[in-house]
Amino acid sequence: MTAVITGLGVVAPTGIGIEEHWSSVLAGDTAIKPISRFDASSYPVRLAGEVREFDAAERVPSLLVPQTDHWTHMGFLTAEMALADARIDPAEVPEYDMAVVTAASSGGTEFGQREIQKLWSKGSRTVGAYQSIAWFYAASTGQISIRHGMRGPCGVIANEQAGGLDAVAQARRMLRNGAKVVVSGGTDASLCPYGLTAQLSTGLLSRDSDPARAFRPFSEDACGYLPGEGGSKLIVEDAEHAASRGAGTPYGEVAGYAATFDPPPGSGRPPTLRGAIENALADAGITPADVDVVFADAMGEAGADRDEAEAISAVFGPEGVPVAAPKVLTGRMYAGGAPLDIVTALLTIRDGVVPALPEDWEIHPGYRIDLVRGAPRRMPVRTALVLARGYGGFNAALVLRACGT
Amino acid sequence: MADLGLEELKKIMRTCGVAESVDLDGDIIDTPFELLGYDSLAVLEIQGQLEQSHAVLMSDDALEQTKTPRQMLDFVNNLIMAGA
Repeated sequence: MTAVITGLGVVAPTGIGIEEHWSSVLAGDTAIKPISRFDASSYPVRLAGEVREFDAAERVPSLLVPQTDHWTHMGFLTAEMALADARIDPAEVPEYDMAVVTAASSGGTEFGQREIQKLWSKGSRTVGAYQSIAWFYAASTGQISIRHGMRGPCGVIANEQAGGLDAVAQARRMLRNGAKVVVSGGTDASLCPYGLTAQLSTGLLSRDSDPARAFRPFSEDACGYLPGEGGSKLIVEDAEHAASRGAGTPYGEVAGYAATFDPPPGSGRPPTLRGAIENALADAGITPADVDVVFADAMGEAGADRDEAEAISAVFGPEGVPVAAPKVLTGRMYAGGAPLDIVTALLTIRDGVVPALPEDWEIHPGYRIDLVRGAPRRMPVRTALVLARGYGGFNAALVLRACGT
Repeated sequence: MADLGLEELKKIMRTCGVAESVDLDGDIIDTPFELLGYDSLAVLEIQGQLEQSHAVLMSDDALEQTKTPRQMLDFVNNLIMAGA
């Protein structure tokens, strides 16, 4: 069984739809701006990558809007776009052949905040009935499953940024177990007072107020990351199923994957991202020389940047492989971040061009990585490695490979 | 508290969304909520909003007795009368 990706749907700070996202990424148009979803002027973090131009009333069925959080609204649209992109009409596929597994790390925070405010200001009977289904991590998966009549296995993975890759790996397992089409990927949205406050507790967010300087992964003055929202959905499909319905050449194959978990702080043992990379390459049956580009997790925090730069240079050699970090344009989108990186990696494979960071991006002299800067780099790309780490020690690595010759 | 009328109920139903094929301005008073696109959770939500707007308290078995807009109007108006 070969797992291929046949459809993509994007709702991201960089744009709605894959081509809008891709042209923003190639142009280096940053979506980092002052938070506008609420008055953040009194918060220590005031910048974020927000999805603008998204109106749920226009893009989500009327009955589903009040039942679900902003994060699920974006999940509906990404799933719908990905299915359309794959040219799959769920009504024509046996319902138990279709599965859904998404990543989610915040749940419905904005919805939950509204209801919690009612609870504590007006009493329990004022809390809406939909709170019972809107807040929890599996809500987007469940709603997508119900809406499209997908009755195969369903699940959600909640381990922050790494979950976006873990969900796609879980989709591959579902295909191995007999599913034919899996809606995977994920979105997240946590740009409300409650959501932002919860994020502040990690101490990893940037408090810089200059949009051009606040999120500077791999630079000497890295000072944390900025939050983003949105994400993408991917249609992960059995290659034979895709071929039998005449789906055309897929965007790529899910060729390899591995996950590791870091030892606790203070243990003296090293972090394990390197192991995730090596095991993912082994799973794909390739060597480091076969990898054309790496999409970095790019946390923007000095220790995490160093760990990642060391892991990459240990496996690929000093400046041994081009490294891209397009999340600089969107902020860290949590469960939606890695799925968006997968989309960007697949478009890199499709078009043979690696997105770049700004020309003046000063890389820390201790990091021996070939961070692509200046103009996007034109080069043939057949194999891409996507990295993601989740708060608390999660590491994941996913290998994507071009289909066909 | 004033009686609950159909127009007011429809206003609350609209906050729960309207199914694509449904016209709430049509003859709906005896159409089950389910056929109008409102599942049991949506009816609970409607009840919760009516509790606030009409200062009544719905019992746990109210769901069984409020299957259509007409039943909902009767149920709430009986509560209002009993409380007056």
